[in-house]
Amino acid sequence: MFAYYLDLALRSLKRNKVLTALMVLAIAVGIGASMTTLTVMHLLSGDPLPGRSDKLFYAQVDDNPLPEKQTEPMDVMTYQSAMDLWSAHQADRQTIIVDSPVKLRAPDTTLPPLMPSMLSTTADFFAMFDVPFRYGGPWRAEDDAARSRVAIISSDLNDKLFGGANSVGRTLRLRETDVRIVGVLAPWRPSPRFYNIAGGRFSGGKTADYYGRPQDVFTPFSSALEINDGNFYQYSCWQLPPSPGHLQNAPCVWLAVWVQLDSPAKVASFRRFLDGYAAQQQALGRIARPQNTRLRNLVEWLDYQGVVPSDVRLQAWLAFGFLAICLFNTIGLLLAKFLRRGGEIGVRRALGASRGAIFQQCLVEAGMIGLLGGLGGLLLTLLGLSLVRRQPVAFADMVHLDARMFALTFALAIATSLLAGLLPALRASRVAPGLQLKTL
Amino acid sequence: MAIRPILSTLRRHKTTALLVVLEIALTCAIVCNAVFLVSQRIERIHMPSGVAEHELIQVALAEIGAKPDEHARTLTDLAALRAIPGVTEVASVNQIPFGRSSNNSGIKLDPKQNKPTLNATNYFGENIGQTLGVQLVAGRLLQPEDYVSIKEASKAFKEGKLEGLPRLVVITEPMAQRLFPGQPALGKTIWLGSEVPLQIVGVVKHLVRPSIWNDAEAQYSMMVPMQVEDNQYLIRTAPGERERVLAAAIAAMKKNNPHRIFWQKRTWDEVRQRFFDGDRSMTGLLIGVCVALLVVTALGIVGLGSFWVAQRRRQIGVRRALGATRGHILRYFQTENFLLATIGIALGMVLAYGINLFLMVHYELPRLPAVYFPIGALALWLIGQAAVLGPAMRAAAVPPVVATRSV
Repeated sequence: MFAYYLDLALRSLKRNKVLTALMVLAIAVGIGASMTTLTVMHLLSGDPLPGRSDKLFYAQVDDNPLPEKQTEPMDVMTYQSAMDLWSAHQADRQTIIVDSPVKLRAPDTTLPPLMPSMLSTTADFFAMFDVPFRYGGPWRAEDDAARSRVAIISSDLNDKLFGGANSVGRTLRLRETDVRIVGVLAPWRPSPRFYNIAGGRFSGGKTADYYGRPQDVFTPFSSALEINDGNFYQYSCWQLPPSPGHLQNAPCVWLAVWVQLDSPAKVASFRRFLDGYAAQQQALGRIARPQNTRLRNLVEWLDYQGVVPSDVRLQAWLAFGFLAICLFNTIGLLLAKFLRRGGEIGVRRALGASRGAIFQQCLVEAGMIGLLGGLGGLLLTLLGLSLVRRQPVAFADMVHLDARMFALTFALAIATSLLAGLLPALRASRVAPGLQLKTL
Repeated sequence: MAIRPILSTLRRHKTTALLVVLEIALTCAIVCNAVFLVSQRIERIHMPSGVAEHELIQVALAEIGAKPDEHARTLTDLAALRAIPGVTEVASVNQIPFGRSSNNSGIKLDPKQNKPTLNATNYFGENIGQTLGVQLVAGRLLQPEDYVSIKEASKAFKEGKLEGLPRLVVITEPMAQRLFPGQPALGKTIWLGSEVPLQIVGVVKHLVRPSIWNDAEAQYSMMVPMQVEDNQYLIRTAPGERERVLAAAIAAMKKNNPHRIFWQKRTWDEVRQRFFDGDRSMTGLLIGVCVALLVVTALGIVGLGSFWVAQRRRQIGVRRALGATRGHILRYFQTENFLLATIGIALGMVLAYGINLFLMVHYELPRLPAVYFPIGALALWLIGQAAVLGPAMRAAAVPPVVATRSV
């Protein structure tokens, strides 16, 4: 029976090509717009570390020494707090993160010096965030203590400097210091670059830059303080730092602290530790509000920072409004189409077709329009995504249609057309056969 | 034109009529808001900067290894830049308007105040006001003798002395109005945090800040008399000379020290262009969506109109046989469309208002000005009439003889 309905649907679609084309076009345009924005949303609002994100936490202590009335602690910490929390080793893993611009050259190449951003962190960073290695591996915890002159470079930088060869053991010059490469990352593009996000909640939704590439050079935090002294930027200060760019002894916040806590019990115990630490620091007179600590997990932290750019969310709303209009349009056209065939439906009914059969036949026709619209929508989605890729935004290079979104395109198109076909099919199945036959 | 027969016909096609009305309403609502968003973005893209836009060049170099005598090096750089023919002003600065990073301070009117009154950005660097070409509305710009070096200032700051700290400041008019509503700001004192008192000696019309978080505070800028040696230079020259001067500046800087990296070398037009890239692409997208929406709606009207005409061929024939002219038939369908569009537009206005309320809550957008309502209405009326014209003409062409067939 289904094959017969398909045949009928095809005949009917062929009979009025203009109307069919209009309906297919409306669905295709609506699907194309919605899927383009939905793909971008899906890419930007996804969990950057699925399966691990609930074990990773962003620690915050309110370092403000003044009793100002402020509800939330600063997004990053002072050197003192960060070092105290890190060296206490109360979590399963912990790391300090800061980035700074550094002058870099590879002494055994002739390339001009570069000015990449350097991420300075501790050994646990790579295991905590599942960072993939192509050659070599992370430095060891002893390197953090010994301030070893070691570095890990990104796959991009390795391609640029060493043509993609195994560069472990070779030397880089960071400013005036020679460092030995101990690891080269495999291509790694977390979305967003979640580990050093701060200030997003004040950015008014202009957060596209959080989706940029990870830094090109990674060095131990302790070594970087010496290598790149004077080039660290504060997030905020309560007083001017005595020497600009050297923030270890300044009342400035500039460091992020992440911890990994593998069980709920450990989360609870770390919370107690954090509160205890803050209370102790208040007793020492360093901070004013000890109760103002926070321990958000990765996803909560990204939500709190509002990392999904507001323009992208607005585009998604717009696209779905657009799809709704296309839906109304298709309902209207289908209704017109089905009711115009009253005579034909009357004959089928008179020959014994049940209401259900007519209803099914109409829905098959609607579904076929959806399938065609889905094909068109897919092409328009690919076109839309290629337009997004040409936009001057940090996430442009990541935009692509994956298998799930590909399947969703067709599912959405057919669902839309069936939804659109529902009312017209119902009306068509109610056609009174006698009346129609009389006017034939 | 009698409206009653149209209404009674529509009553027999409630569902299809309702669909047209809903489609028009939704289109009207979205288009009103989208056009409003576009106007907001365009206004933002044209945000005043307060500086001599077409005369500026930015050159920024990267820090070299260990810091040599920065002061001497900055003086050499400035002298080399000033020596380039065509250069009128030069300054070594800490940041530029519409730049990416910024240095900001909490401003208090009283050092004992708990929370700062507002947050403003600090422009440092001798001659910065003169180079930027800011427009003075009261008082004077900062002069060389007002300036302190950053070294002196941080020493004084560490020792807790006022001697050696900057004492004067030039602020923008919007900032002055926010701090001292209805009063002249000249001569008043503001506090940088709780430590540094600054006396206002000049007020400029506009000076936009870098990295704008909140458009309402975009003009909260100060020029503080502090010399900086950040390897970042602003050069002012005649508009036609910029390309040549930029090339000459790069050559001069390379000659001074070949081991530095240029991380910025651009005219100020590029600075503005890059800053608003995102807004510009969003504007394009919104306009595209509006056009697509209107086209889809028009096509929907064409489709339904054609269906109705085909369905009513016999009635049209009867009317024609009873003496109706082609014009009557044409106007019948046009009036019908006008009625549907009017109901749709009325509903759309309510919906537009609702969407605007949603945007106001979630995207900090201002209220939709009333002027958008008539514009939206006019657009949809016109599109409706244009879309129905084809089907209506076909209806008018139905010959009266149709009435005699198959009755």
